[in-house]
Amino acid sequence: MTQFQTEQPLAHATSTEPVIVARDVEKWYDNGFHVLKGVSMTVYKGEVLVVMGPSGSGKSTFIRTFNALEPYQKGSIEVDGITISHDLKNIEAIRREVGMVFQQFNLFPHLTVLQNVTLAPIWVRRWPKAKAQEVAMQLLERVGILEQAHKFPGQLSGGQQQRVAIARSLAMQPKVMLFDEPTSALDPEMVREVLDVMRGLAKSGMTMVCVTHEVGFAREVADRVVLMDGGYLIEENTPQEFFGNPREDRTQKFLSQIL
Amino acid sequence: MTSVTPDSVSSARPDVLALGPVAWAKKNLFSDWFNSLLTIVIVGIFSWGIFRLILWAFTVAQWQVIPNNFGLFMSGTFPSQLYPRIWALLAVVCGLAGLSWGVLGRNVSTLFSRNVLIGLGIVCAFIVLFPPTRPNSLQLLPMVALVAGGAAAGRQIGRKFPGVGKWISLSWFLSYFVALWLLGGGLGLTRVSTNDWGGLVLTLFTAVSGIVLCFPLGLLLALGRRSALPVVRLLSTVYIELVRGVPLVAFLFMGQVMIPLFLPIGSRPDRILRAVIALALFSAAYLAENVRAGLQAVPRGQREAAMSLGLNTPTTLGLIILPQALKIAIPAIVGQFISLFQDTTLLSIVGLAELLGIGKSILANPAYLGRYAEVYLFLAVIYWFFCYAMSLASRKIEEKLNTEN
Repeated sequence: MTQFQTEQPLAHATSTEPVIVARDVEKWYDNGFHVLKGVSMTVYKGEVLVVMGPSGSGKSTFIRTFNALEPYQKGSIEVDGITISHDLKNIEAIRREVGMVFQQFNLFPHLTVLQNVTLAPIWVRRWPKAKAQEVAMQLLERVGILEQAHKFPGQLSGGQQQRVAIARSLAMQPKVMLFDEPTSALDPEMVREVLDVMRGLAKSGMTMVCVTHEVGFAREVADRVVLMDGGYLIEENTPQEFFGNPREDRTQKFLSQIL
Repeated sequence: MTSVTPDSVSSARPDVLALGPVAWAKKNLFSDWFNSLLTIVIVGIFSWGIFRLILWAFTVAQWQVIPNNFGLFMSGTFPSQLYPRIWALLAVVCGLAGLSWGVLGRNVSTLFSRNVLIGLGIVCAFIVLFPPTRPNSLQLLPMVALVAGGAAAGRQIGRKFPGVGKWISLSWFLSYFVALWLLGGGLGLTRVSTNDWGGLVLTLFTAVSGIVLCFPLGLLLALGRRSALPVVRLLSTVYIELVRGVPLVAFLFMGQVMIPLFLPIGSRPDRILRAVIALALFSAAYLAENVRAGLQAVPRGQREAAMSLGLNTPTTLGLIILPQALKIAIPAIVGQFISLFQDTTLLSIVGLAELLGIGKSILANPAYLGRYAEVYLFLAVIYWFFCYAMSLASRKIEEKLNTEN
């Protein structure tokens, strides 16, 4: 299996200023499994990059290396100009700039929706409480949860919880947002409300990396789509080409399985 | 399959058919011959037992031993001319309890609901009618008034200053030192040797001290056992496993005999202090395992979410992981506190005159020879009262912290 190389930079929606630069990232799990076998990828400012691939391809693990939730053994990752190292201060600095939305929402169940959103700005950004709450209320309005601000996460539906999770990440005003299969744990009728929020976010110019199986979303919103399989990055293409005229056989096979 | 016509569909929840007492008994107690037999046998055994107990309590039992020694039961050989200090301590505790109740219940519509009033009435009636407390009812009734008054005042204060909660915790913390001062003397009060501390006062003092000390220690041990640092993890694990492998009695004897050996001659810590330390060190090991179970029950995603927001490890632990872990562990932790409270009875073996020890020494008095049943029944009721109060409190806290629905 050869690793895919871009011959020439693809056209990007907004800029050529890189936010995340991953070079030949390799990772082994503790049990010795070689999950990432040298993956390189650049995320540019303002673009929406969709990562697809079969389960076990390493796509979630890969984007989780961007905010050092997963350590890697070889290669380098640069986020917003800072190279990820083992230094805790450095990792915390990077995490402040990278928002992440999880498959299982991971809201803090013992805090209200508003407290979930204001927690990090107050404790990490050191904002005064009033400012954090004001920003939080704006964000909650943007994701359509304003009326539920004083409820606990357990009282909300899955779709509402995921929208709160997006607001919680946005409250830190990150430079890039990572979405790790944000709709996979949702009932079908709730997928749409979450994707709508993500669409709005993309339109606002947020840099986004989304691991998702939502082909419609990828077609419509993505600037680039990449396919990962078996720890390699197989293909990187525009959505039109990726879904219409894929370059690699593996992509074709993958698309035939999911479409 | 019957079809449903629109006007027979009602959105109201149907009333549960109320069973009459006869129907209820038939359904629950006499549904078939075997259940009927069981019901008859069990009810028979119970009523016979209760009948015998009541018969014994009113005809055979000689309760004189309780009121005659009430002071001993409550505070051991504490000098009786200094009893006002014990009353003052009780007043402080009652006042604070009332205030806390009022502050916590500041948003409840009626603080003194019918049930609460009935409860207070029963307590007052008990104080006036129960023979052992009757001589002191003039001191005890104001305590009830103090609780009620404190509650009313706490409610007003709590409504006016919503941030008063942390002051309540602080005043409980300070009240511990006030208790030490009132019991031990010094700073203008006559000193009372800890040899004269005893009875229920000593039981409560050692239990509270043990609980207060073992909680932070257990928390640290639990965190240590899950630490990423191998040395910390190893030390915590070794401590927990060693302590859990030793019976408490052995631990208490070690505390009495061995702690002085490690310290320079002349700096012999007090007997009660040694007992409290042994009790706390022992319970901390068990508590650590309860807390660890709570920590493990918090999903990994919680930590990841907190870290991905840029929170550092102490903040993640303090604001996200521990509140959830402790909430999960509350029943187990309170269970541990209850057994610590009961374990204080073992202090009588190492020569401290706590409640059970006082009971034993009263029974050794020739005047009360053979009054075992009366004394032990009385002690059992006291222990039950405090243990049940703790478990009731734990259930209330759980209800309060429940954020689902």
